Amino acid sequence: MSEVLVLVDHVDGEVKKVTHELLSAARRLGEPAAVVVGSPGTAGKVKESLARYGAAKVYAVESDDAVNHLVTPKVDALATIAGTASPAAVLVSATVEGQEVAGRLAARLGSGLIYDLVDVDGDGVGTQSVFGGAFVVKSKVTTGVPVITVRPGGVEAEEAPGDAVEQSVELPAADPAKVTRVTGREPIVGGDRPELTEASVVVSGGRGVGSAESFAVVEKLADSLGAAVGASRAAVDSGYYPHQFQVGQTGKTVSPQLYIALGISGAIQHRAGMQTSKTIIAVNKDAEAPIFEIADFGVVGDLFTVAPQLTGEVDKRKG
Amino acid sequence: MNIVVLVKQVPDTWSERKLTDADHTLDRESADAVLDEINERAVEEALLLQEAHGGEVTVVAMGPGRATDAIRKALSMGADKAVHVSDESLHGSDVLTTAKVLAKAIGTVEGFDLVIAGNEATDGRAGAIPAILAELLGLPQVTQVRKLSVEGGVIKAERETDEGLAFIEANLPAVVSVTEKINEPRYPSFKGIMAAKKKPVSTLTVADLGLDAGEVGLGAAWSQVLEAAPKPPRSAGQRVEDSGDGGSKIAEYLVGQKLI
Ligand SMILES: Cc1cc2nc3c(=O)[nH]c(=O)nc-3n(C[C@H](O)[C@H](O)[C@H](O)COP(=O)(O)OP(=O)(O)OC[C@H]3O[C@@H](n4cnc5c(N)ncnc54)[C@H](O)[C@@H]3O)c2cc1C
Ligand SMILES: Cc1cc2nc3c(=O)[nH]c(=O)nc-3n(C[C@H](O)[C@H](O)[C@H](O)COP(=O)(O)OP(=O)(O)OC[C@H]3O[C@@H](n4cnc5c(N)ncnc54)[C@H](O)[C@@H]3O)c2cc1C
Repeated sequence: MSEVLVLVDHVDGEVKKVTHELLSAARRLGEPAAVVVGSPGTAGKVKESLARYGAAKVYAVESDDAVNHLVTPKVDALATIAGTASPAAVLVSATVEGQEVAGRLAARLGSGLIYDLVDVDGDGVGTQSVFGGAFVVKSKVTTGVPVITVRPGGVEAEEAPGDAVEQSVELPAADPAKVTRVTGREPIVGGDRPELTEASVVVSGGRGVGSAESFAVVEKLADSLGAAVGASRAAVDSGYYPHQFQVGQTGKTVSPQLYIALGISGAIQHRAGMQTSKTIIAVNKDAEAPIFEIADFGVVGDLFTVAPQLTGEVDKRKG
Repeated sequence: MNIVVLVKQVPDTWSERKLTDADHTLDRESADAVLDEINERAVEEALLLQEAHGGEVTVVAMGPGRATDAIRKALSMGADKAVHVSDESLHGSDVLTTAKVLAKAIGTVEGFDLVIAGNEATDGRAGAIPAILAELLGLPQVTQVRKLSVEGGVIKAERETDEGLAFIEANLPAVVSVTEKINEPRYPSFKGIMAAKKKPVSTLTVADLGLDAGEVGLGAAWSQVLEAAPKPPRSAGQRVEDSGDGGSKIAEYLVGQKLI
């Protein structure tokens, strides 16, 4: 069976959930081979987690350059391994950086690219959800080793034991004129909340929340539900909440089991990022707000009384 | 400092966007077309750099005839001149072909120091063209940036992604992509709009760029859309007025749905 390369997303020696999802998708296409690009010692830390989700092989691409240069080490690593392993496909997460890695890799390999899939089958046919979920598209790569990016949360992660045989790979020397140097990093400190794109419940606040301080109302409800916090662009632009939590057309796309919108009008660009959520709840004091057109359950009222009451009810049930 | 800004005309996100039944490509006729908002920010950043360092700002766009409207808007903001790649054969190009054509078009602009693009187009949403251009042009990629500065042949920037912030730097020339946090774009002035009408726009075909019509477009794409279907829109569910028990009502609903 041909190998299917999976680029591993990891932070602080921990594998991200999306990598487990990609390994599960890779099993449909062939034999999953995880590619770990990081500082020396990284592969050892993540190997067990990769084995649990079916990685037959773990390519360890470790060096200081791997962390100090932007994007290109990942492309170099995948291109080098693809050159010797002749994989059936390469899978990368459809994150901001994943899209860049996959695009460059496809150009270098002379391969077709299909991106941001919410599903992929054993024949390499991918499903895309485009225009904020308004269209469903099926597509396939027709030339070269298919380079495929899969949206976090698209495919379910399923455990399956793999041997995770480690093989180290050296990065080719980098050309200083072509690299971008990383001189520092400030990773997101997510605290105890789940990541926005991975969460099964998201509670978002809009301009109606009114201030950065009042976002505590949104956070309290989120914490009682074990949810991630999101925000509309108007809330972000007004400085109520940081940009990385923006949901919508130009922010994150989320598709949780439950989405609760507080003080969000429901502009088309906001809906584009959340309307594929399973269940949508809206609280807005304007009965005409378009968010109600897509909400399964809506309350016309003041979020500052409705949300705390809901938080109390949830806490009560947790006992 | 000479700067190339990549601008794309896209269907307005405020209008209904569709794929055609015939070949599943973007239906560019049915929706209003606008200069993508992120590209206004790319133009703005180029103009700010020009104000600080001098040089010329050239707009490059690949798109059908009516993309001239988007180009004029960029020129009315203050860009100096434009290159418009327009050719029937480009219809249905995939992301790799688009990058290949843009790389050739950028190559017609003499002595550029920076290429500035948006981080992601609101229609295709690949978020990959700038990175692919860096690959094809053999330049560093300084992408997804919310802040940048140029000094002594080096560009320094703050990159924002899912992982957090990264402080990055590279030698010029380089390919940049900006996020929506980079700046607030200026409005074209009346004078700017009038001046834009006289600014030079060179319109190029695929052949002008030394490419063959068979190398681009739907037929040459390395991926293929097999089917595309609209999803039925969501319908409204229950809606209640809060009379002091709105929060409890939501809780009841969530219990009923087994969500709590
Ligand atoms: C190219 C482009 C891209 C965009 N991308 C995005 C994106 O990614 N994400 C995004 O969100 N937007 C995006 N937008 C912006 C979008 O058009 C809207 O402006 C934005 O979503 C509005 O945010 P909002 O609903 O919080 O604010 P508003 O539209 O101002 O709505 C606030 C709502 O709060 C309600 N309210 C006020 N006080 C209370 C209260 N006490 N209790 C209950 N309800 C209250 C009001 O009735 C109102 O409905 C984009 C726009 C463009 C043009
Ligand atoms: C719904 C949909 C799904 C698609 N899926 C795929 C797919 O899976 N695989 C595939 O290969 N193609 C796909 N395409 C085609 C692809 O989006 C187009 O080829 C597109 O021209 C390039 O991608 P983008 O606009 O998403 O670029 P992005 O990388 O998102 O654009 C970033 C920036 O690059 C610059 N730029 C991009 N295009 C142009 C242009 N024409 N002129 C000037 N500057 C430009 C702009 O500055 C822009 O802000 C899809 C298109 C659509 C509409």
